[in-house]
Amino acid sequence: MIVDRRPLTFWEKLYLPAIIGGLKVTVRHAFRTLFQGKAVTMEYPEQKWTVPENYRGAPYLVKDQDGNTKCVSCQLCEFVCPPKAIRITPPGESGKLADRTNAEKMPAEFEINMLRCIFCGFCQEVCPEEAIFLQKDYSLTGTSREEMIYNKEKLLSLGGISPGIQKWKHKLEEAQAQESFPVKV
Amino acid sequence: MEIYTTTPGVKQMREGVLEFLLINHPLDCPICDEAGECKLQEYSVDYGQSAGRFVEAKVHKPKAVDLGPRIMLDAERCILCSRCIRFTRDIAGDDALGFINRGSYSTLTHYPGKPFDNNYTLNTVDICPVGALTSKDFRFKMRVWFLKETKSVCTSCATGCSILIGSREEKIYRYTPRENNGVNGPWMCDAGRLNYKWIGHADRLKDVLVRGQKSTWTAALNEISDKLKKTPAGSVAVVASARQTNEELWLLGKLKSKLGAVSDSVARFGEGDKLLVSADKNPNTNGARLTGICFTEIGTNLPQIANGISSGKIKTLIVFGEDVTKHGIGADLLGKLETLIVSDILPNATTKLAHYVLPGCAHAEKRGTFTNTKGRVQKFMKAVEAPGDARAEWEFLHDLVHNVTGQNGFVTIEGLFNQMAEDVSAFNGLTWQALGDTGVTVQI
Repeated sequence: MIVDRRPLTFWEKLYLPAIIGGLKVTVRHAFRTLFQGKAVTMEYPEQKWTVPENYRGAPYLVKDQDGNTKCVSCQLCEFVCPPKAIRITPPGESGKLADRTNAEKMPAEFEINMLRCIFCGFCQEVCPEEAIFLQKDYSLTGTSREEMIYNKEKLLSLGGISPGIQKWKHKLEEAQAQESFPVKV
Repeated sequence: MEIYTTTPGVKQMREGVLEFLLINHPLDCPICDEAGECKLQEYSVDYGQSAGRFVEAKVHKPKAVDLGPRIMLDAERCILCSRCIRFTRDIAGDDALGFINRGSYSTLTHYPGKPFDNNYTLNTVDICPVGALTSKDFRFKMRVWFLKETKSVCTSCATGCSILIGSREEKIYRYTPRENNGVNGPWMCDAGRLNYKWIGHADRLKDVLVRGQKSTWTAALNEISDKLKKTPAGSVAVVASARQTNEELWLLGKLKSKLGAVSDSVARFGEGDKLLVSADKNPNTNGARLTGICFTEIGTNLPQIANGISSGKIKTLIVFGEDVTKHGIGADLLGKLETLIVSDILPNATTKLAHYVLPGCAHAEKRGTFTNTKGRVQKFMKAVEAPGDARAEWEFLHDLVHNVTGQNGFVTIEGLFNQMAEDVSAFNGLTWQALGDTGVTVQI
């Protein structure tokens, strides 16, 4: 495509009007920032944006209202994770039992490589236990690659508590109620 | 008579049956080892509803009931199909399981005071359509959908059951039987099934050693070939293993006839049973016989080799996959040798004394064929990578045979097998491709 270039007029050839026009904008903003306190920039990282409510940041593990690990190590998130950022070590037969009663499994180790994670939210979507949530952290830093692989302990401490239906606890209560015969429902 | 299996009425009936099955079935899928290969899960996808209509409390039964040394029962998940009861009574011949209690409280249990511990218990885990019977060995170790399944053959006895090796990221998690009506049907024994942990053992031989020093394959094989070429006829002995593949034994046989060596293998006998377990614990005894490494009676040449070494007639010994110090050729005799070439998988007394240690591969780390006790030739595939510098025996034996005899063979296992089939009369007419997944029986 050929664009016709209009020849410059006399005033445009002088350049000065355009420079003065630009300076006016600069001076206006300098005045507003210095004397009216209306800054348009932000002092990152001391100041940060508040992200919207449904923002998808880094995925962390959460605990239930009793402070127990929710994850049962079903490894669906590991399976669904597109960049293979999640790596779970299942407990094994002789492994440590879950810290909440009646759900027999808990991950021996749960690692997310935050350098690989693309914050897609598939892990949160697939989780049958509501144990992993994409939270609001978007700027993760570290000084080595190893440091950016978050382990179970770190993920749980960052994730905090997310109350919800306690499926396994409810099931245990139901089973205990049935121990006396006849069954009271 | 005509039977319709896809009409809306039939589908509705199936949905009804499934709904009843799911009444007391717990929603355990996230923690259940069967998830991913569960029949109930599959039927639930085909005929189930997204939400249950059952509003009453489900009947709860004990979880993690110890049935025997290898089996854990989750009574809640059981749908009372009684497959395990019928298998262990009718096929394994051990009437150990049964149902107790009535109605919704019916529960699977073992005979009081007698654990469920016959040698075929883990087959009940395979045939359990849900996650009620779980293998203690595999329990909570890995989700089944991550496992890469490789067609292979069990090496624990001469029966050679067809198996699938379940592995993930170079780690083997389990063996499961693969249906082969010419060998094992759909079953396998517990002993064979759990005999896989040595493959990933930490002290595996990983380096090529020349007189205790780390070396490279090229350097070691050249040195060995030069030495073997100079040996006078009759001064070499070969102790092969009936745990090696047909191809490897055949290549060793070529080396043996070039060097005029005396060869033998080691017999390994144990207890057999009437179902699958063979008394011969070597997976390839017939292969060793057919390729001419040993005679009908295995191990008869071993005293002759020992005498030859002590009299100074035999100066070079080639040992593959056997600890000869346990089979009549003691450390003192090995010390008399000028050259001791040993290839093995795990370290032992013989590898410690060897001048040349060539690290080999387990069957799960290479391809090859075995000939079982009935003459069934079966091939197996590679599931995991070998650790360190370890290399498949047939690969470096091929190099060695080429260097020593000047004969050039095929560098692929397919070509090598086909070449062997032309050379060994019992295998005439066989091809790698024609073996298929289930193997071919030859005259032994």
